[in-house]
Amino acid sequence: MAKFTKKSKASTAISVASLPDIVFILLFFFMVTTVMREQDILVEQKLPAASQLQKLQKKTLISYVYIGNPKNVALYGTEPKIQANDALLNPSDLVQWVNQERDLLPENERGLMTISMKADKEVKMGPISDVQTELREADARRVLYAATKKVD
Amino acid sequence: MASRMKKEAPEIPAGSMADIAFLLLIFFLVTTTIASDKGILNFLPPKQDPNVPPPDIKVNERNIFTILINANDQLLVEGEYGSTEGLDEDVKAFILNFGAPDEEGQAIYNSLPASLQSVVRRDPKSSDDPSEAIVSIKTNRGTSYDIYLEVFDLVKKAYFDIYAARVNLSSEEYRALSDEMPGESELQDKGKAGIPMAISIAEPDKQGGN
Repeated sequence: MAKFTKKSKASTAISVASLPDIVFILLFFFMVTTVMREQDILVEQKLPAASQLQKLQKKTLISYVYIGNPKNVALYGTEPKIQANDALLNPSDLVQWVNQERDLLPENERGLMTISMKADKEVKMGPISDVQTELREADARRVLYAATKKVD
Repeated sequence: MASRMKKEAPEIPAGSMADIAFLLLIFFLVTTTIASDKGILNFLPPKQDPNVPPPDIKVNERNIFTILINANDQLLVEGEYGSTEGLDEDVKAFILNFGAPDEEGQAIYNSLPASLQSVVRRDPKSSDDPSEAIVSIKTNRGTSYDIYLEVFDLVKKAYFDIYAARVNLSSEEYRALSDEMPGESELQDKGKAGIPMAISIAEPDKQGGN
C-alpha cells in the first residue's frame, strides 16, 4: 500500500505554463484572419441556396450590391432597396457607382470586373431585373448571384 | 536600500494570462465570419442600342426550351405545367437530343461518352443539335428571386453535368477548375467544346409586380 501512495505522489499536476502560449498562438491566428466588416448592411440578407456554385479567383475584382427589404422599416419603408457601399441607391445611380468601382481597378483588369449580387430570398424579380438592366447599361456584365450551398 | 527595493518587487503572477488570452480568443472566434464569395455566375447580354432594332434572329421553336415562371411561382415548362423536380434531366435530354445534327453535331455525338449517349432521343420535335439549343427562362416581375435562382441553378446543373461527363470528372470537380491553372483551362474548354451554354433570360413582364 505504501508503494502505491508513493507512486501517486510522483505523478504531479501537468504543467500549465505553456497553456498561455498555445492560447496566444490560436489568438494570433484568429486576429490575423478576422476581417472586420467595413460596411453596415442596411437590408435583409438571407441568401438563397443553390447547388452549382462557383468560386471566383480574384476577390479584388468583385463589387457587391445588396438587395433586400430594409432592416429599418421606419426609416426606409418596406419596399426592397438596393445598397452599394454604405448607402442605399436608386437604380438610376447604379451606372455611376459601377463606373466609380471600375475606376479603382487596374486598367488591364477592368473587363473582368464582377458584380456580386447579394439578393435576399424574399425579393421579387422586379428589382433584380431593374438592377440587371442598369448593369447592362454600365457594361458590367459579369454577375455573380451570391448563394449558399444547398444541403440535400 | 537598493537591495531592499529589489526584494520588494516580486514577479507579476502570470497565472491569469491564460484567462485573458482566452477571453480575447473567444471574442475573435465569435466575431470571425469566414467570407464566402460563392455564387452562380451569369453573363448579361450587352445593352441594346435604341437606334438599332434588335436583330430578327429566326430560331426554330423546337430549338428553344422555354421555362416560364409566373408571379405565383408556378412553372410552365415547354407548354406544360411543370415543377423543379427532374427539370435538370429534361434540360439535359433537350440539349443532347440530336434531332437533326449537321456534320459537326455528328462529330460531337461520336465524341460523347456512353453515359451521355444514352440520353440522346433523336426526337424530331426537340433540339436539332447542341450548338443550336437554347434554354430560355422568362419570369414575371412578381416572381420570387428564390425560385428563379433555383431554376437557373438546375439549368446550369444540366450543362455542368454534360461538361463534366465529357472530361471524366464529377460535376463538382469541373466547377472547381480555374482558368488560370495550366492544364485546367484546357479541360474546361474540352468540356465545353461545341456545346455552348446558351441560357437566355428574357426581360420579365409587368405582371404581378411593380
